[in-house]
Amino acid sequence: MKNLVILGAGTAGTLMANKLHKALTHNVWNITIVDKDAVHYYQPGFLFIPFGIYQPEDVVRTKEEFLPKDVNFILQEVERIEGEKNQVALKDGRTLPYDVLVVATGANVVPEETPGLMGALWQKDIFDFYTYEGSTLLAKKLQDWKGGKLVINLTETLIKCPVAPLEFAFLADAFFTEKGMRDRVDIYYVTPLSGAFTKPKATKMLSALLEEKKIKVVPDFYVQEVDNERKMLVSYDQKEVPFDLLVTIPVNKGADMIEASGLGDEDGLNFVPTDKQTLQSKKFKNVFVIGDATNVPASKAGSVAHFEGEILLENILSYVKGLPLEAKFDGHANCFIETGFGKAALIDFNYTTEPLAGKFPWPVVGPMGLLKVTRANHFGKLAFKWVYWHILLTGGELPVPSHMSMAGKEVEKEVEKELTLN
Amino acid sequence: METLVLNNQKIEVNAEGYLKNASDWTPELAHEIAQGANIVLTDKHFEVLHWLRAKQAEGVALSIRKVGNSGVVDIKQFYALFPGGPLKISSKIAGIPKPVSCI
Repeated sequence: MKNLVILGAGTAGTLMANKLHKALTHNVWNITIVDKDAVHYYQPGFLFIPFGIYQPEDVVRTKEEFLPKDVNFILQEVERIEGEKNQVALKDGRTLPYDVLVVATGANVVPEETPGLMGALWQKDIFDFYTYEGSTLLAKKLQDWKGGKLVINLTETLIKCPVAPLEFAFLADAFFTEKGMRDRVDIYYVTPLSGAFTKPKATKMLSALLEEKKIKVVPDFYVQEVDNERKMLVSYDQKEVPFDLLVTIPVNKGADMIEASGLGDEDGLNFVPTDKQTLQSKKFKNVFVIGDATNVPASKAGSVAHFEGEILLENILSYVKGLPLEAKFDGHANCFIETGFGKAALIDFNYTTEPLAGKFPWPVVGPMGLLKVTRANHFGKLAFKWVYWHILLTGGELPVPSHMSMAGKEVEKEVEKELTLN
Repeated sequence: METLVLNNQKIEVNAEGYLKNASDWTPELAHEIAQGANIVLTDKHFEVLHWLRAKQAEGVALSIRKVGNSGVVDIKQFYALFPGGPLKISSKIAGIPKPVSCI
């Protein structure tokens, strides 16, 4: 028997377990998946918990129920990958030999990376919403918060679901409006990037939303520390932003085990150097990486893991037959952006094509507006929860091709202009 | 398509002045773009620029923290070299795309 081992039973690991279980011959391949945690969280739902749109129990299932019965599920922490020996060492002392390894250990928020973030105000006036605990505690806080300066701060740009902080700002505007206290809340969006929107077409189509919703953007702000006494964000170039309630998006890092395995990038953020097209690890030919765990320049999002999954399945099947890896991931992502008051926008893009306006041709349900704020997109976002549990995790096929399609997208012709420097 | 002209050579850039093709980059061009940002490039600047170009060519997502952990400069030094918005300014001078989010 040959061994295929998957590390991580989150979105990417679970969908790969299901796909590989269907595709690999059962009397030849033994599939094992390892995770330290038995609970599967619907992470896109964390965004809705602070506003009472979802209850905490709406986002919790077990990992086991989404895995095929004859896939071995080991509930244990991984100590390290021993790539030279083709084996994985577990915390309990066991070793798992592998012929093919899939690393799907994801990304986590690490508030410890920013001095002062976990100080006296942590989970009193400073919260995150990227964890079950954080979003649940923030829901309690928002219930009786009296108002003031609400600051949403991205500590970094390489984060899971990069649109979620902006969605949080939009939903906060709607939440306080509906509570009749919007006039007592100032919403600030503080980002290290040059603005809340950074791509030309998205900026053109959506930036009016910020003004309409009175969300103040503080750009080019890279937080160095949080001063708990003065309730102040301080940047590396000594700029300051005061807050009454801070919603932080902490630094994201890959699993510590990646570092212990010597598999991380040299920057110490524990993301695995990965070929951005084939999804093969750059260090070991029989190690493949999927989802948030890679260092590829795609969004860290469930839809990306899904599209990568189709490519990775093809490449693993080629690899085990000794064939060249011909399937190429194009960086495809497809995301709904909640904008509050029962509406949402939709974006579809890849490594080289920015989100464009137009119509997204969903089969059956009909076209949905790209970069447009519509009610249909909001229902698309809500319906995604069902799709996630029933189709995405089980490795099923969605009616969206894994490579981005230009169908329905509006392309403007570029005009030749000359520009001289200085 | 916008272009900038250096030594009678037309180089394609986008609306914000970032090079369309990283391969068009030369150190001379870097000096020219840096001037527009009121920066006089030193050897240390070039060390950062070369590191950014190498990472970008490897297909790696870049961030300020990543540069800060590169061993070339720490974040304070990165800010001192490229004040204001270090990653977006250094990326422009390095001839690689502007750091962006997905929208």
